Amino acid sequence: MNLRRDVFQAIADPTRRAILLLVASQSMTAGAIAANFDTARPTVSKHLQILTECELLQQEQNGREISYHINAKKMKEVADFIEPFRKMWDDRFNKLESVMKKYKTKK
Amino acid sequence: MEQKTNVKADEGKQDVTITRQFDLPLELLFKAYEDPEIVAQWMGTKVLKLESRKHGNYQFETTDKNGNKVFGASGVIHEFLPNQKITRTFEMDNSPFGVQLEVYEFEKISDDVSKLNMHVIYESAAQRDQVLKLPFAYGINMAHNRLQEIVSKLKNK
Repeated sequence: MNLRRDVFQAIADPTRRAILLLVASQSMTAGAIAANFDTARPTVSKHLQILTECELLQQEQNGREISYHINAKKMKEVADFIEPFRKMWDDRFNKLESVMKKYKTKK
Repeated sequence: MEQKTNVKADEGKQDVTITRQFDLPLELLFKAYEDPEIVAQWMGTKVLKLESRKHGNYQFETTDKNGNKVFGASGVIHEFLPNQKITRTFEMDNSPFGVQLEVYEFEKISDDVSKLNMHVIYESAAQRDQVLKLPFAYGINMAHNRLQEIVSKLKNK
């Protein structure tokens, strides 16, 4: 399972939620975002990477700097009321898949 | 983001289509729906009865550690074509959701990959929407609520 690409995993982290709130109103560079946290810069970069992989953030090249802005479309899509239902089935089917993979090797 | 499980629920309609691709041969995927012991394992419920044939009945029940029933469901199988298709009814006990009709289609993609197409038809669009909102009611996804907090702070873009 690629947990890092799981949107809910991404959103479960308080620092990452704080980052999303920060960039909700304006796009910011990685440096400007990091300045808002006590955590080390590489840690913030890691969070930005995860949020970008989940498509919750989008990168934009501004000259030599990369700035980040929120992907409103993706945020709304994920927050849609269908998503928990889909997630519930996804979890259930993942379970089915792992049960059957074990069953296969037992045989 | 590539998703393995997809849900299609058009607004105002009374049905839902759930599709999923599995890293499993078709026969194993079908077995997961046919064998009572295996169904119990991945559904996380007791299978009191599962007669995998036309006109067969099935009955699921989940109890808490004190033996109280927390979930029950039952139905009748109308069509049972091994490795192809199952058509059945599904009704949850003590719920306002009515009886739903479920059509499962199993498809071979390659020797090790198979696909499930699950079409569920409800009595009305309103009942369907209630079922779709179930995960909220059970608080399955706390993270989702947090996500909505953030979305509510977003400007209307």
